[in-house]
Amino acid sequence: MIFLRLFWEFFKTGLFAIGGGMATVPFLFDISARTGWFSASELANMIAVSESTPGPIGINMATYVGFETAGILGGIVATIGLVTPSVIIIVIIARLLARFADNPVVKTVFKYLRPAVIGLLLFALWQLLPLTFLGDDRNILVLPVIAFAVLLFCMLKWKKIHPIAWIGAGALFGIIFL
Amino acid sequence: MSTPAVPEKKTSLLTLFLTFAKVGVMTFGGGYAMLPILEREVVTNHGWTTSEQMLDYYAIGQCTPGVIAVNVSTFIGYKTRGILGAIVATLGMVFPSMLIITALASVLKMFQDNDYVRKAFAGIRVAVCALMISAVINLVKKAISNIPTAIVAVATLLLELLLGVSPVLIVVCAVAFGLIMYSYGKRRADK
Repeated sequence: MIFLRLFWEFFKTGLFAIGGGMATVPFLFDISARTGWFSASELANMIAVSESTPGPIGINMATYVGFETAGILGGIVATIGLVTPSVIIIVIIARLLARFADNPVVKTVFKYLRPAVIGLLLFALWQLLPLTFLGDDRNILVLPVIAFAVLLFCMLKWKKIHPIAWIGAGALFGIIFL
Repeated sequence: MSTPAVPEKKTSLLTLFLTFAKVGVMTFGGGYAMLPILEREVVTNHGWTTSEQMLDYYAIGQCTPGVIAVNVSTFIGYKTRGILGAIVATLGMVFPSMLIITALASVLKMFQDNDYVRKAFAGIRVAVCALMISAVINLVKKAISNIPTAIVAVATLLLELLLGVSPVLIVVCAVAFGLIMYSYGKRRADK
């Protein structure tokens, strides 16, 4: 039955893809090769589409692949399949964490984990830079750089404004000037 | 690190669902790009967790299976309303994606080739970069308190830039470093 197989394939992807959205991509190529539900070039399209719609990429991919394979219910089943393993695992970890939250060893470990996350955040930003500020011939695009500086200045000045307003401003800037 | 799942003021499951659905709609790219919006909604607006704990969740979400954005949502949901909260927050997070992708699936290829959509996303990326910088500025104060923590942040960035080390390995190394710092601190205190 297609729904059970969809659930199972995405359950496995959710269980083994460690490290977020893009980590699911190799698993999806594997699903494509084994099941023939979609071709590799369709998958390339799906990745592009997932990147240009709201929501985490991994989730968008699961919904899209499921929908293309078996309709609306397929999209739901694939997405639920993808998140089921991590929900179970996170709940177990959260319970353990609640029990050991005040343990001094755990506290110290987290104290040193947090700066590592800052480093990873900066690296994620670094990967976004060429995509955002470099043109096709690798030259720096002046307008986005100026918009970036203006947006950052405004964000730091008016901290109460919701991030989505800045995203909206960015979209508007793109439509008008890019 | 979470307190047991019985907060003083009970958050309704509907609020939980709607808040995470809101974050899901406003997330472009997922993972770390989502952090500024998640922080605004969950820390500033609802006070369900702190910035520090959110970084903890990211660290754990990074080295557990699944999509990071979802893992962090599950965590905060559990902290707020227990297992049911974990499920509801997760469903809230994925709901907009399911709706949007399903609604747009047939026209998605057209949508993606549309010039205005392409330009809007080029502009959104600029805003996301700026938001991530402002998130870093805010979080640095909370996560970097002394020289060893600064070293961890810089070393992480360098290892990623120069060697492309797996983030899972980064987390493992940071845990090891934390354990070393703990035993070092304890030995000094014992003297």
